[in-house]
Amino acid sequence: MKIALIYPELLGTYGDYGNALALSERSLRRGIHAEVLRVAITDDLPEADLYLLGGGEDGPQRLAADLLRKSPLRQRVANGAHVFAVCAGLQILGTSFSVEGDDAYEGLSLVDVATTRGEVRSVGELFSQVGQNKLVGFENHGGVTSLGKDIAPLGSVLYGRGNDGHHDGFVTDQIWATYAHGPVLAMNPWLCDEVIAKVTGTKLSPLSTVADKLYEERVTSLSSR
Amino acid sequence: MSNRLSPRGVLALVALRTVNSLSRATGRGSGTVAGGRVGLAIYPKLLSELSKHRDIILVSATNGKTTTTALSVAGWSNNVATNATGANMPAGHVAALAASKATSAVLETDEAWLPAVIESTNPKVVVLLNLSRDQLDRATEVRAIAERWRAALSECSKGLVVVANANDPLVAYASEVVNDVRWCDIETTWTADAVSCPKCTQSITRSENAWSCSCGFAKQHCTTRVDGNEVSVAENSFHVQLSIPGQFNVGNAAMAATALQVIGVEPSKSLMSMRSISGIAGRFSVRSWQGRKLHMLLAKNPAGFDTLLKSLSPESEEIWIAINARVADGKDPSWLYDVSFEQLQGRKVWCLGDRRLDLATRLDLAKVSYEVVDDLNSLPSPSSTIELIANYTAFSDWMQRSTP
Repeated sequence: MKIALIYPELLGTYGDYGNALALSERSLRRGIHAEVLRVAITDDLPEADLYLLGGGEDGPQRLAADLLRKSPLRQRVANGAHVFAVCAGLQILGTSFSVEGDDAYEGLSLVDVATTRGEVRSVGELFSQVGQNKLVGFENHGGVTSLGKDIAPLGSVLYGRGNDGHHDGFVTDQIWATYAHGPVLAMNPWLCDEVIAKVTGTKLSPLSTVADKLYEERVTSLSSR
Repeated sequence: MSNRLSPRGVLALVALRTVNSLSRATGRGSGTVAGGRVGLAIYPKLLSELSKHRDIILVSATNGKTTTTALSVAGWSNNVATNATGANMPAGHVAALAASKATSAVLETDEAWLPAVIESTNPKVVVLLNLSRDQLDRATEVRAIAERWRAALSECSKGLVVVANANDPLVAYASEVVNDVRWCDIETTWTADAVSCPKCTQSITRSENAWSCSCGFAKQHCTTRVDGNEVSVAENSFHVQLSIPGQFNVGNAAMAATALQVIGVEPSKSLMSMRSISGIAGRFSVRSWQGRKLHMLLAKNPAGFDTLLKSLSPESEEIWIAINARVADGKDPSWLYDVSFEQLQGRKVWCLGDRRLDLATRLDLAKVSYEVVDDLNSLPSPSSTIELIANYTAFSDWMQRSTP
């Protein structure tokens, strides 16, 4: 599995490297070949099975959107590549987002979602129900994201804001997106495995690590709030 | 100083001292910040008034500001007003100046408060060490701080001197608007927050000892340089021997000496006096805990952590790391993934603190061996000194637990 970490210098504010690391480590420990390609803003977009988009500040987010609009990312997704995006990365995938004021900035339009600026910034732990599982993480953003009528949210918010206080992120056949930033895949091993299984088309053997304990601890802590 | 104050200033000062003596008497701490708050509430211009007729140096940064403040105080003279560790906002500054008649002051200043404190104190020198990501859950993102520093400095009087780290593009961006900048070439290992240019967001190109952007923004010529323990300030070289460890502290000392030279203190003299600093509020000190020797190291954010891990001697066998995520630490421990723990591969880390499982998960992914310590009684008792690295509140927990 080739994992492309897109523009970590622009979209890497909150430990977002953690997702690439968790994906490659959890693959390698099951004997699945995985390599992480760090894509600099001066690089051409490499061929990859999975593209990772992290969080970023306003200026860098705009620049990342400009570069990606001109890149072959849309073509790659049309050809079957997957995307996992968090926070600013989530916003970039949509039709428009707003930064530094209220002007709508053009996104990649890979997914029918749009982000406007909320009245307050949402900073704190994010806890959501995703199918049978819980998702734990941390969010820090000012966006309110609305989903087009055919787009399904990734989770239902139990604590925190996510897109709008009700739903968090979105999921399509090839794309996952959440407002839980940084190491969300390190903290939620079940989701990390779901992504690996989907991208590689393999059934994964169980893997027990200390991340399971961390996940349980966060679920317990957040369930009591 | 009170004879120079306005009537309202005098009233505010009396209130401040009353609160301070009350809070000391009731055992609720040293009281400095509480008194400062009351003083400022009665008279918002109290900091400006207390700053008049004083030579003031402000020190700000994400990392190293407490140490550099202590080094500057030690290098200056015997009588310098300075703020207590951590009390680096106006209430702490007011308290420090109210408690001292000294005409010299070095004030450690919180990054976000720097513009307001520059305006109130009219400093002679501002020392800017570095800017990097820190507690993003409660602080402003780092490029916005650089932008605010720049705006504040561009409105400053012509006489102001800025002592700036030329290797940090964010500091350079904020400082270049000032006429008199003393650029310092000091070791700066953390570059992740200025990979893209603060001016134009294009990619910054780095070579061994330089950086530049295609827009023309580039590293400035430096008049202060550091090479190992050799510090040169304005073409004069000095051998430095500090009592605190780390190449980064030699850089801090060089910047402190540069600031003091502006005030009129010879670097030969100030650098010699800085040797008296052996620990700052416990940082870098060796303490005892249940028969063990702990080398107390504070690291609060990725840049500080990375710098500290790089400075660990290969002989230091035992490494304990304590991580909390309480309000003062920032409640989001995601930053653990911005620290290159991979450099500890082949060694073992004992994971402590409220968020030891977050740390253990990070170390597991970095392929570093670790032990999660749920019970402090299960910790080993090596004869060698233990390197204890802790973030803010975890450090303070271990300060309380241990003895000098």
